[in-house]
Order: sequence, then structure tokens, then C-alpha cells
Amino acid sequence: MRFKNYFRFLPLAVMIGAAVLSAQMAPQMTIEPQPTLKAKRGTQATITLKVSLPAGFHANSNKPTDPNLIPLTLKWTAGPLLDGVVIYPKPQMEEYGFTAGKPISVVTGAFELATKFKVPGAAAPGTGTQTGTLRYQACNDRMCFPPKTVNVNVTVDVE
Amino acid sequence: MPPGRFFILLAVITGVAVTLGSLGWPDNAPAHKTLVKDSKDRKAAPDFELKDVNGKIVHLSDYKGKVVLLDFWATWCGPCGIEIPWFTEFQRKYKDRGFTVLGVSMDDSSKDHSAWEDVKPFVAEHKINYQIVLGDDKTSDQYGDVEALPTTFVIDRDGRIASIHVGLVAKKEFDDAIQKLL
Repeated sequence: MRFKNYFRFLPLAVMIGAAVLSAQMAPQMTIEPQPTLKAKRGTQATITLKVSLPAGFHANSNKPTDPNLIPLTLKWTAGPLLDGVVIYPKPQMEEYGFTAGKPISVVTGAFELATKFKVPGAAAPGTGTQTGTLRYQACNDRMCFPPKTVNVNVTVDVE
Repeated sequence: MPPGRFFILLAVITGVAVTLGSLGWPDNAPAHKTLVKDSKDRKAAPDFELKDVNGKIVHLSDYKGKVVLLDFWATWCGPCGIEIPWFTEFQRKYKDRGFTVLGVSMDDSSKDHSAWEDVKPFVAEHKINYQIVLGDDKTSDQYGDVEALPTTFVIDRDGRIASIHVGLVAKKEFDDAIQKLL
């Protein structure tokens, strides 16, 4: 093979290197964009967030096994819907290289975070935004990354 | 090779690479060993001013002449908890030979919560026998934007970085690096 033919594989090599490197950088917990939620006054409404972590990473569940660990926390801060009750996903109990044989309570991959709200009877009709924050702290098998907070915004159409 | 087959091959290779990378390969492969740099290749470890639990300012330069194991860690970091007993052992074993461990906690403070409220009980519970200071963004940036914890630097007697260890590694890696520098 001629030397110049190796340059054909250079973009491939760069991609592989970038892929390996990116998998060891801080993971991002992503939330799928939410469709507009239609909420009828005087009833209940549920926001279901579809959340995911990249492969190879885990985040502590909302009830970690160790008090030093930072829990997954969804907090709603403002919007037309009230009294939100968060339903966290069922955690997985997993062992990792650093857990010394003791499973820890985590979430991995794709999962859902639902919140049941009340739609006040006196809510003003029209479109508004329910805002909140999702805090998480993620690790892989050998290292952990600082806790991060992601903003959550869901458009709500009050009828 | 037909273009379609090329892109399928590319997708498979990229998928394998991402999986391997996220599993820590090649860093946690049994044969992996962080090398201690040759003296001529070592860069100066940035000096810093950070506070200990008593509010006293601690500088890295206070330890010039000693081999220093500088460990960036946090109370919420599980892998850090595996290494800390090793570091406590090193402190006990090598302190009379001009060695010290210096732990930089990256626990956060907020306006109504001091990081020391988390760090102090952790230090007591784990019987940490070496100096602990609270880190900040400036120090993290100086050391190459430390994000993954634990990240540990082994610094020679002249204040130069001899080795860097990112993530949980084998105890022997640290021990070998320290002994080489003592």
C-alpha cells in the first residue's frame, strides 16, 4: 500500500481517538425535548421527562446507599402547575470497581422522571412554562465527576 | 470497498471505541502503568494558596524539598474512598523520609453550607492523617482543569510533577512512583 493511501484512514483514526476520549470526559445527562403539555383547570397533569446517561456511566439514584453521595434530585421552581410530586425511577443496585463488593443504588441508561401536578381551578388559561432543575452526580467504573444541574423547561397550555 | 460497507464498518468501529473508552480502556487494563517522567521532562507544579480546616493558608511551596502526593478528591467520590486508606498508609510509612500527602477536597460550599461540614466528619471517620485543604476553580484550572476525581499528582523534591494519575489506579502505581522519587 502506498504511503499516501494511509491518509485515507486519518479521519477514521481521529474519530476513534475522539470517541475514546469523549467517553472518559464528564458525562451529560440529557433530557428529551418535551412536547407542550395540555393541562385542564381543576384536574391533575403529569409531566414525564425522558432522561438518559451515556453508556458506561451511572448516576446516584434519589436514595443513595451512602449519605456522602449526592442524590438525583428534580425540583420544580415555577410555573402554572402546583404541588408537584416527583416519581423517581426504580434504581438499580450495581457493583463497581470502587464499591468494595457492596452494591450502590444508581440509575443508568435511559429512564423516566414523572411528576404529578395539580392544575389550579383558578389558573389563568393560556401558555406558560413549568421550570425546574435536575441535579445529578455521575461516575464510571474508576472516576467521578462533579455534580451538575440541568435546567428543565416544559411548555404548558392551560385550558 | 463499496461506500455502504465502509460506513457500516466505520459505525461499528466507532461504537466499539466509545464502549472501550467509557469502560476506561486502556487506563484500567492490567498491563497499564503510569510512568514517572524523566527529570528533564517534568514541569513545575503550580503553586497555590488554599485554606486548611483552621483557616490557615497552605502553599504547595511550603513542601519544597519533600516528595508530595497531591490528591484532588471529594467526599462524594467513591473511587477516592478506595485510595485514601492507601495514602494514609503512605503518609505513615514515608513521612520520615521527606514525603507528605496533601489532599485537595473539591467539595462545594454554598452561602449557607460550608464544605468543611462534609469534609471534617469524613476526615475523622476515615482517620486521615495528612493535610487537607479546600480546593477552588483557580487551582483546578492551574492543574489542567481537574474534573475527574480522583486525580493525583506525584511531585518531586524540586516541586516538579513527576507523574499524573487520573481515576482509580492500582496502589502499586503510587507506591512505585513515590519510592522512585524518595
